[in-house]
Amino acid sequence: MRYVPLTPDDREAMLRDIGVSSLDDLLTQIPDSLKLKRPLDFPDALSESEVVGMMTSMARKNLNAGDLVSFLGAGCYDHFIPAAIDALASRSEYITAYTPYQPEVSQGTLQVIYEFQSMLCELFGMDAANASVYDGGTALAEAVLLACGNSRKTRVLWPQSVHPHYRKVVQTIAKPSGLQFDFLHMQEGRVVPEKLKAALSVEVAAVVLQYPNFFGVIENIEPLIQIIHEAGALAIVVADPLAMGVLEAPGRFGADIVIGEGQALGNAQSYGGPYLGLFTVKDKLVRRMPGRIVGVTKDVDGRRAYVLTLQTREQHIRRDKATSNICTNEGLCAARATFFMSLIGPKGLRGIGEACMGAAQYMSQRLQKTKGVTLPFSGPYFKELVVSIQGDIPRFLEFMAKRGILAGIPLSRFDLGMDNALLVAVTERRTKAQMDGYVDAVRDFLEGKAK
Amino acid sequence: MTKKISVQALQSETPLVFELSRAGRTGYDLPKYPPELQPTAALGNLARKKAPRLPEMSENQVVRHYTNLSVRNHHIDKDFYPLGSCTMKYNPKVNEQMASLPGFSALHPLQPAVTCQGALEVVYLLSRALAEISGLPAVTLQPCAGAQGELTALLMFRAYHIKHHGKPRRRVIIPDSAHGTNPASIVIAGYEVQELPSGSDGLVDLNALKNVLDDDVAALMITNPNTVGLFESRIAEITKMVHGVGGLVYMDGANLNALLGIARPGDMGFDACHINLHKTFSTPHGGGGPGSGPVAATSALEPFLPTPVVRENDGTYSWDWNRPDSIGHVHAFFGNFAMQVRALTYILSMGRDGLRQTSEAAILNANYLRVKLEGAYEVPYNTPCMHEVVLSGDRQKARGARTADIAKRLLDYGFHPPTVYFPLIVHEALMIEPTESETKETLDEFIDVMLKIDGEITANPQLLHDAPHTTPVRRLDEAAAARSLDIRYFKDR
Repeated sequence: MRYVPLTPDDREAMLRDIGVSSLDDLLTQIPDSLKLKRPLDFPDALSESEVVGMMTSMARKNLNAGDLVSFLGAGCYDHFIPAAIDALASRSEYITAYTPYQPEVSQGTLQVIYEFQSMLCELFGMDAANASVYDGGTALAEAVLLACGNSRKTRVLWPQSVHPHYRKVVQTIAKPSGLQFDFLHMQEGRVVPEKLKAALSVEVAAVVLQYPNFFGVIENIEPLIQIIHEAGALAIVVADPLAMGVLEAPGRFGADIVIGEGQALGNAQSYGGPYLGLFTVKDKLVRRMPGRIVGVTKDVDGRRAYVLTLQTREQHIRRDKATSNICTNEGLCAARATFFMSLIGPKGLRGIGEACMGAAQYMSQRLQKTKGVTLPFSGPYFKELVVSIQGDIPRFLEFMAKRGILAGIPLSRFDLGMDNALLVAVTERRTKAQMDGYVDAVRDFLEGKAK
Repeated sequence: MTKKISVQALQSETPLVFELSRAGRTGYDLPKYPPELQPTAALGNLARKKAPRLPEMSENQVVRHYTNLSVRNHHIDKDFYPLGSCTMKYNPKVNEQMASLPGFSALHPLQPAVTCQGALEVVYLLSRALAEISGLPAVTLQPCAGAQGELTALLMFRAYHIKHHGKPRRRVIIPDSAHGTNPASIVIAGYEVQELPSGSDGLVDLNALKNVLDDDVAALMITNPNTVGLFESRIAEITKMVHGVGGLVYMDGANLNALLGIARPGDMGFDACHINLHKTFSTPHGGGGPGSGPVAATSALEPFLPTPVVRENDGTYSWDWNRPDSIGHVHAFFGNFAMQVRALTYILSMGRDGLRQTSEAAILNANYLRVKLEGAYEVPYNTPCMHEVVLSGDRQKARGARTADIAKRLLDYGFHPPTVYFPLIVHEALMIEPTESETKETLDEFIDVMLKIDGEITANPQLLHDAPHTTPVRRLDEAAAARSLDIRYFKDR
């Protein structure tokens, strides 16, 4: 076995030194009745070349973003990943290290996390970031638990324009806490300030908004946050980090907790994970924040150094009094995001944002002029838009796939009462030719042209 | 900055990425977009007024900065990493290569099932393999880490009790040697924690357990082998006792690396366990994640698994989203899929015999360290152990060096220290898990160093108090970090 180096001679010598005659003598603590008396029911070891063959053939059964032009979004996007990200992130020093509990030999990981926290605070206009949580959905769950724990209130408001999967994750994790979730009324894909005001009450711990929202609409969250604060609730904003070059930071509008999905920052789509839960708060909530946090200190020689800090919030110290049960962060994904943000800089961030907005605007203008297509919500859009097609959606998707296009995500799967619509995403990678091809194919479908 | 040489260079302060930034540099270029693709919408108050101060650097600068930072880490490819309960085994390179195949890495989670049959096959095959290894047939791969696996299973237990007993019940019992995530997960799952003192043999005390069991107990959560590295030899009686009051039993699977092909949680009477792909199944720890913590459970708990669940029908795979009794979702999509690809690659590489050999070698290595170190260090539970051995530094403390000093001194010899001060029931604990990945030569070197350090305590204890001496930075003022909190570079907003 190529990963187990003990030789038969080693084994014999070690057993002798231990003072037993066989390995079974070391297993006497396991009652015989509990021992597995047969080999595990699967094939024996394969050579590396055989394994590569098997895995590659499974990979080939998938049509990926390189085979088809992807217009899929909803929390996972086809953004470009520069080669330097993979090169840096494939270094053993980052991949094969454990959590930096021994800071003297973990300064690489620790400094990367400190830089990551600093960059996130810049993007979102916030005071403090943790080292990440599992994904956007779990980040929202932690945010809601924090807000409710902090205020000892149990009601949370959110509109349908917060990612439906994130809402499900929150409801699953928060269920035993007995929280109550109510929908905020929306009009044309936006929260209406007057309706928000009417829905708020002293029992409301927090209101969740998404920015840009699940339907791609850039909502004016500034007056909404003001209304939320006037009612004594916390404002939680789910933000797209890649929109922060063009959109004002939610923190500057007064958001108390800003979370998000960091996949777009240099992480592969990978069929849903691993992703990167971004988590930031204002100063007043730092000591209730879940997850790992890196801070600056000095060593005995006075050198600047980094260390995990505020660990008394965490489960391995506080146990049942911890702010969260979270232990692992998404370290390597956070490192990738850090490399990515360092490469793109403020200019790249703005450029990517403008390219996304420009592409969404172009798609919306062309689709709007296409007979049989309607856009239920008005822009400005960031990188996604809802598109209604007069026709059978499954047949439409099949038709588009034959043209080499993953045309969008049917909203019927999200229980939003919008069954004839698709969520269509574009990124800085979508070219004019690809978008024109999309619109042409839509027209051909609606005009009943085969293939 | 002046140039320094060799060791001094390693020990010189590293600049922060922000300090290397110069206005006007960039490491990234966008295509030139045609005029039709330029955005024209006015954003008004929503337009960004002050650009985020991300660093401005060329690509080569970025690569150099993060390459120089990386070498300040200890990592498993460099040397021995015997962190107890963390299973720092070798992470095969082929796993990384397979996870980055575009057929896996460039897949969108919501693309139609007909376009991602291979990905669903990975999920299916890994689920089946974990079911066979654990002896528990119902598997979800959705949880992203061990702690999330615990929470997922507790939520399933809660749903089970509500369905079958009309109420969730109130308490979950854990031994006092439990991992910190256990009590934290219990609280989030809405239960009260009841801690059980371990017996003098380091195992669950059956009488103590009997005294706390009643029909308000939702579950018992235990790690097996436990955190002192011992197999709970009365586990069949324990699970029976808990079942007797209608409770369920959860196995924290952090230590599964001791049991592959040897014994199965399902056969011991456990109702569910989580499995750390990043420990037992060789997916990398990544400096703190991403992990992956699938849960395996009995068929009675199957209806409560998170949604969706993978199905196979005549060689065609699909996701089943229609699950009325499911607890819901614990991740926006299907968990850390790229980790699942790595784990399946590993299981196929090892095969049935390779997995058993893995556990056997891990057990042999731990026992070898135990007998070689038992002369110099106290072994509080000195019987054959499983995959890890827990020492106490009590004798060394009496002679003037604490476990923390021993740990820091190990760094000078190039080894990562064991897990220290855990489990809480052992004074000055040093929890050593060598894994199957190490050669006898490495183990012998480690033993020599541990004995040498023990000698240094007598000869020159100051050497240990001041350790480490050769690392990129030396001992840190951790209290100062918490006192004057500095967790972001730009202090103004």
